[in-house]
Amino acid sequence: MKAEQQYIDLFTQYETLIRNHSSEVLNKYRASAFADFERLGFPSIKHEDYKYTDVAQAFAPDYGINLNRIDVPVNPYDVFRCDVPNLNTALYFIVNDSFCDKVKPDVTLPEGVYAGGLKAFSEQNPAIAERYYGKAASGGKDGIIALNTMLAQDGFVIYVPEGVVVEKPVQLVNIFRSDVDTMANRRILVIMEPHSQAKLLVCDHSIDDVKFLATEVFEIFAGENACFDLYDLEESNRSTTRFASFHVKQEASSNVLVNGITLNNGLTRNNYYIELNGEYAEATLCGMSILDAEQQVDIYSHITHAAPNCTCNELVKNVLNDRSVGAFSGRILVKEGAQKTVAYQTNRNLLITREARMYGKPQLEIYADDVKCSHGMTTGRLDENALFYLQSRGIPKEEAHMMLSVAFTADIVENVRLDGLKERLHHLVGKRFRGELAQCVGCHGCQ
Amino acid sequence: MQDSNKIIDEVTSSDYKYGFVTNIDTETIHRGLDEEIVRIISAKKNEPEWLLEFRLKAYRHWLTMDMPDWPHLTIPPINYQDIIYYAAPKKKEGPKNLDEVDTELLKTFDKLGIPLQEQKHLVGMAVDAVMDSVSVKTTFKDVLAEKGIIFSSFSEAVQHHPDLVRKYMGSVVSYRDNFFAALNSAVFSDGSFVYIPKGVRCPMELSTYFRINAKNTGQFERTLIVADDESYVSYLEGCTAPMRDENQLHAAIVEIIAKEQAEVKYSTVQNWYPGDKEGKGGIYNFVTKRGLCKGQGSKISWTQVETGSAITWKYPSCILAGDDSTGEFYSVAVTNNHQQADTGTKMIHLGKNTRSRIVSKGISSGFSQNSYRGLVKVSPRAEGARNHSQCDSLLLSSTCGAHTFPYADIQNETAIIEHEATTSKISEEQLFYCNQRGIPTEEAIGLIVNGYAKEVMNKLPMEFAVEAQKLLSISLEGSVG
Repeated sequence: MKAEQQYIDLFTQYETLIRNHSSEVLNKYRASAFADFERLGFPSIKHEDYKYTDVAQAFAPDYGINLNRIDVPVNPYDVFRCDVPNLNTALYFIVNDSFCDKVKPDVTLPEGVYAGGLKAFSEQNPAIAERYYGKAASGGKDGIIALNTMLAQDGFVIYVPEGVVVEKPVQLVNIFRSDVDTMANRRILVIMEPHSQAKLLVCDHSIDDVKFLATEVFEIFAGENACFDLYDLEESNRSTTRFASFHVKQEASSNVLVNGITLNNGLTRNNYYIELNGEYAEATLCGMSILDAEQQVDIYSHITHAAPNCTCNELVKNVLNDRSVGAFSGRILVKEGAQKTVAYQTNRNLLITREARMYGKPQLEIYADDVKCSHGMTTGRLDENALFYLQSRGIPKEEAHMMLSVAFTADIVENVRLDGLKERLHHLVGKRFRGELAQCVGCHGCQ
Repeated sequence: MQDSNKIIDEVTSSDYKYGFVTNIDTETIHRGLDEEIVRIISAKKNEPEWLLEFRLKAYRHWLTMDMPDWPHLTIPPINYQDIIYYAAPKKKEGPKNLDEVDTELLKTFDKLGIPLQEQKHLVGMAVDAVMDSVSVKTTFKDVLAEKGIIFSSFSEAVQHHPDLVRKYMGSVVSYRDNFFAALNSAVFSDGSFVYIPKGVRCPMELSTYFRINAKNTGQFERTLIVADDESYVSYLEGCTAPMRDENQLHAAIVEIIAKEQAEVKYSTVQNWYPGDKEGKGGIYNFVTKRGLCKGQGSKISWTQVETGSAITWKYPSCILAGDDSTGEFYSVAVTNNHQQADTGTKMIHLGKNTRSRIVSKGISSGFSQNSYRGLVKVSPRAEGARNHSQCDSLLLSSTCGAHTFPYADIQNETAIIEHEATTSKISEEQLFYCNQRGIPTEEAIGLIVNGYAKEVMNKLPMEFAVEAQKLLSISLEGSVG
């Protein structure tokens, strides 16, 4: 219980302080989350689902947490110049774990739509916040979620009322900026009322070279017929560790796309929990990571089909270079009675070097008979015939290698339903394979 | 769909036909497990000191272990002190020839359709029959001996070829390997031993039939197959048990060693009593099977048809240590009523240019749960490893479950690993197509299920393929087949 102790002590000592700088709705869950955390602790590597990620080790260092909500002297617009050309978004910032409300984006969202800080939202609309906050992500089973729930003081909310379509994509930039090792507990709540539509682009950046640790909990509620896209782009740095969990609850005929792309990171663990609770709901889960040096990405997904006639499509691709480590564990659970389910799960991995490691585990658990479910997993290197063909056409080996690698990841980028972002991602992926992105500090290299 | 429902109903109403009990004097020891029991078993078998030591070490290690809980199975607690660890048909002296073998025993094996009598050599199969805990009779010994092949019961091998047994026993499955391997190593009573000398191609199929007969007993047998350089052997294993309300434990170990260029083909038709329609009774089949492709260019192939047992928990595996060695796993697992199965394989690639192929077909119906669990591991030195896995599941009722848990641990970039799996029920289009060609639904289902399992069935030796086909029809489709 070593790694846990400092967080237990911290909470016991500063509970009042944490509470004072947060809202009623968030505070309501703290005590039970603390009890859960004390009971569960961090999942150990003996735990089947955490075999390849040593959570306790990641949480063991002494990180500073900005419990007092001291303003970080940073103007995100100055620091963050890396915009996406041809993509006009409503731009919001979270610095470490505080929502940055000093600068407001210069856009008007449709009436009734709320995009902004979680603390402020839960104070203004306690009834709505209470209905959703903490309802999808339960700390009862996962110590990291419990820790996030017990410490998170603020976060980001998108609330889209019934029937409203938000044309303009909302962009949230998570920035790590600090002179000392820092931990941030971020909380993102997405509430899509029936028949609403929105798109959210979340970008993670780390500005400084000190150690950063983030726990991020996303709760996404898609009402009947709602349509929501989440693009999660991680471009942090080698000294950033991130534990994210995405909890999606979908009602009938809703359509949710989650696309998680890791271009630059230290250690990342992404947990995706998607529940299809209403008929004809459709979920698409894409993931891609391009790793080198000692980077590690561990993706875990659990998609539950609880209602008939639902569709899910999961596609995860990893490119592993140097001594990087990739892990994928995906489970599709088809509950009894969820007939006419269509579920596809694919995991493809490209190993570039001898030292790179890939651990794959796609799983199907099916309790209904009238279903079409399949999964596929491949791990290997680039096809020698294809490489030879390109070379025989006069393309140098390195270039051929790059072309095929880019092609390998292309279908993840193709799944992006925002043209400007798609274009930008193609560009970034190309740069990443050329090794240009890896050298950049902060965002200055991405220009 | 009305028709197919009817057929699926028939599936659940078909009976287990090997459920009889043979009235034969059985010698058993008292229930329970302690060091004393281990010593008694060892003494009964007149074993050398080193084997007793091995058993005791295994037993002491077993005491430190807990039963693992990771499989996708619901296993009621097993009281290991309530099991009789040794049961043998009573004999005065060892039978010298068939006339001396108890006639009841012969009848039993006749009922099972097993050619124990040597005059039936037309069948061309050498048989070792194991009833409860001891080997009853091994046929064709002399013919095999001419070629230098040793095919005998395990206890005989311990007496006559102690060096071979001592050298290889536990070299593939150590007694520390897992809970049930430790238990087996402590209390195993008999089994088969096969040694194929250098350059010899075994002229006939070797076969062992396992039968649990006595009440309250567990069966713990060990099979050890050693194939020396450039040899070949095909080995078959069949198993049945009487119908009883209680659950009986079967925890066996199979070890295979294939040296340079040797090939071993191991086929199983597992038909232990699966319990009744309410899930009462049946055998717990917790088996450790592993082959070591030790030499360059060696090959081990596992083929299994699993239709019986209340709970099946086993992973016939291959350690591909020799360069250019090959491992294969073909499996059809059928679960019905309340049966549970968590089965699959492990392919561990250590040598260069090693290949493995996995074909697993699961068929579940009734209230059963059928899981495939497999591991493909490529170690950093396993240059050019190649694996293809295919796992398909067919669902025949809305209350059953089919699950797939494949693991891939890849530590070498030259590896090419592919896994694909599908789960579906018999498609209405396929049925419709058959119907419109004039094939009635009942036949069409039979056709589709047989076609579905064919890839695996084709890998079985002829004699077994016929039996397996029959079994598939009985346990699954009633009259269809």
